[in-house]
Amino acid sequence: MPKVTELEVNGKTVPVNADGERSLLSVLRDDLDLTGSKYGCGEGQCGACTVLLDGAPARSCILPVGSVGQRKITTIESLEKDGQLHPLQEAFLKMDAMQCGYCTSGMILSAYALLQKSRDPSENEIIRAMSGNICRCGVYQRIIAAIREGAKAMPAK
Amino acid sequence: MKPTDTQLLEQEPCSTGAPGPSRLEVSRRDFFKSLGSGVMVLFLAPAALAQEAGGFGRRGRGGQASDEISAWLHIGEDGIVTVYTGKAEVGQNIRTSLTQAVAEELRAPVSAIKMVMADTDLVPYDAGTFGSQTTPQMASRLHRVAAAAREALLDLAADYLKTDRALLLVEDGKIFKANADRNEAVTFGQLTKGQKITRAVNDSTPVTPAGKWTVAGTSVPKVDGRDFVTGRHKYSSDMKLPGMLFAKRLRPATFGAKVVSLDTKAAEAMEGAKVVRDGDFIGVVAPDSLQAEHALNAIKVEWSAPGNQPSSASIYDYLRQNVAGGGGRGGRGGGPAPAGAGGAEPAAAPAGGRTLKQTYTVAYIAHTPLEPRAAVASWKDDKLTVWTGTQRPFGVRTELAQALGIAEERIRVIVPDTGSGYGGKHTGEAAVEAARFSKAAGQPVKLVWTRQEEFTWAYFRPAGVIDITSSVRDDGTLVWWEAANYQSGSPGLQSPYRIPAGNQRTAFYPTRAPLTIGSYRALASTANHFAREVHMDELARLLKMDPLEFRLKNLADARLRAVFEAAAQAFGWGGAKAPAGHGFGIAGGTEKNSYVATCAEVLADAASGTVKVLRAVTAFDCGAVVNPNHLKNQIEGAMMMGLGGVLFEAITFKDGMITNPHLADYRVPRFTDLPKMEVILIDRKDIASAGAGETPIVGIAPAVGNAIFDAINIRLRSMPLAPDGLKG
Repeated sequence: MPKVTELEVNGKTVPVNADGERSLLSVLRDDLDLTGSKYGCGEGQCGACTVLLDGAPARSCILPVGSVGQRKITTIESLEKDGQLHPLQEAFLKMDAMQCGYCTSGMILSAYALLQKSRDPSENEIIRAMSGNICRCGVYQRIIAAIREGAKAMPAK
Repeated sequence: MKPTDTQLLEQEPCSTGAPGPSRLEVSRRDFFKSLGSGVMVLFLAPAALAQEAGGFGRRGRGGQASDEISAWLHIGEDGIVTVYTGKAEVGQNIRTSLTQAVAEELRAPVSAIKMVMADTDLVPYDAGTFGSQTTPQMASRLHRVAAAAREALLDLAADYLKTDRALLLVEDGKIFKANADRNEAVTFGQLTKGQKITRAVNDSTPVTPAGKWTVAGTSVPKVDGRDFVTGRHKYSSDMKLPGMLFAKRLRPATFGAKVVSLDTKAAEAMEGAKVVRDGDFIGVVAPDSLQAEHALNAIKVEWSAPGNQPSSASIYDYLRQNVAGGGGRGGRGGGPAPAGAGGAEPAAAPAGGRTLKQTYTVAYIAHTPLEPRAAVASWKDDKLTVWTGTQRPFGVRTELAQALGIAEERIRVIVPDTGSGYGGKHTGEAAVEAARFSKAAGQPVKLVWTRQEEFTWAYFRPAGVIDITSSVRDDGTLVWWEAANYQSGSPGLQSPYRIPAGNQRTAFYPTRAPLTIGSYRALASTANHFAREVHMDELARLLKMDPLEFRLKNLADARLRAVFEAAAQAFGWGGAKAPAGHGFGIAGGTEKNSYVATCAEVLADAASGTVKVLRAVTAFDCGAVVNPNHLKNQIEGAMMMGLGGVLFEAITFKDGMITNPHLADYRVPRFTDLPKMEVILIDRKDIASAGAGETPIVGIAPAVGNAIFDAINIRLRSMPLAPDGLKG
């Protein structure tokens, strides 16, 4: 696969020099130091590596960086703006929706994508949208509460 | 506190005739040299209690190991409070709860306290973070350390403000005269400036009673929560060093396989890759992980075939047939081992009573921490530094020393707050591998286990077989109890129900294990509670008694009764009968000084084999609650994680290989498995806080099993209960 020389990450075009066969996750973490996205399984099963591609959640661990093209990549690092947390991040803190925190980036980005589509999702919609993300510590009930809380606090579209 | 309550180190006699300074004086000089002036308080575990000591104290330098010290606190000249402990944060929120302990006694804001944890160069020796010991042991010690620091500051403040010490108050990190303008308060920093004060405390140092807590006992938010929601927190797997290479180890085709032939030419020819070989330790390092993977795949290797290896299909027979050492060990308070696998018959079956003999089993399961084993190793001037996620930083340091043949003093293990453990990260496999690769490569190396490696080469929660024989009178009084556990262990084997004196027998039979086994959150207790509480349900059904009523009839322990009653009440136990297809179950027990009862409601269908847990209510008592919100989170998480082991988690293996080493094949609980959960905390301010990371998991399995029986009249005695639906 040809080399990838630039990526559109968090609103900026950044130069990279990566074999297109490498996973997007590896390039984000190892080349761009965006380590908020995590390796959990390498099989697209756990969602710890979730990033957004043009706003839609994607499993960056199984996505060759060469297939990303011009699509806009959003990682957890971009949600906080000028020291202000995103309402969803605030809601995760408020609901104590984490234990070890390793799944948290992926959870927040999956939830963020959901709330971009639906500002007031039902519990079933949340469960469906989030079912590809594993929290081994088992804080699912709190994550659902945080997503609802975050939705309330987000500005209307 | 009177001066006599605090051992002043300066007064510690070193006049035994031995030349040279005392250990503690050396420590004292050491401390101030590296940390700067101020106030220092050490916790000295009395020798008899210092079971976790015996390793090294601070760096164990020059044979002057201060091996009784288990924690210390330093208040610098800038007023900054830093606490040093060997405990590791793996998601149980101890960074927060231990901070609360210090803030409580020091009367200082939570934000003013910094915890330095699990860095072997900076903290005193600690055996590890397991056994639900952090709260009863380390939090209790930090309360004492911080209380003594506060008293030392009050001494200083009395001088500084030229006033009677008794008139002083400490609040919000400042000290002031009770009746004076608070603007005249002095800060900790003003008091510690230029001081070199050391104190040592022990278990007898007085602390604030839980009834008077204002910071401990409250729902302080996760102290560094912001780092997690922003992705800023650096786990071991996020560490990066200049010139760092990525390593992959070549894994044997099966357990116990040896290299027969090896051809690494193709791998060596690959640009950037370097092959490392040291006996059967074979692998590659490369500038990025994909190159390392390609080079690894290019190695041609032939492995010896394994001999006959047991498989998961016949594991329970295997365990019975492979008892190690041939004898049973009496459980805690247990009597002599029963004769044979099933145990002896009751001495005299009670007239008109019933005897029930049943066997229960639990499968091998994997911890599946979302952060797999990972380490970054770096050698510099013969000193090795390893960042790794482990519950036993000092244990891993020992492993490294043995594997690499260097002194522990030359090794530093740093444990960043870790992506969970559940008892699964006691060992340092990745740390040792990264260190060996780094040494061979002459550059820093990162090694992150793949999920498949984690599912195959980590250790597992033991499987177990539990035989229970009981007798009960027709009026529901238990008269005989006999329980034997093969492989998984004795905790929780002893029944908490009232059994006539001499009529309870328990035995634990360690066995050979076809897989590597190790610790797991409440490992044996989960198995033994499952067996006992399902057995109790079976007895209740035999007697046509309500399962809760039957338990309470045989239960004297007031705390266990209280959690049963609280869970039952919140659940609505004893109210309307479950609707068709629904079932209710109850179970409970006690472990590590905590008490738990769980009620569950399931929806099950025998025809289609489907089962879903709809509702789970747990009441929990672990003494004085330290952080109600975090405790509830921990209990909810335990129920949720427990559901995996109850319903579908099982490691399967055959011919020396794991046959389901992927998350696609090994199902863990997901959002879709979430029941409605409720937690009731019984806050016993009058009882010392116990740990809560493990015990809340033991009630869910039997509660669900009993609920399934209630729903469809099918008794399931083997965990997982529904690996492929109820028919499986």
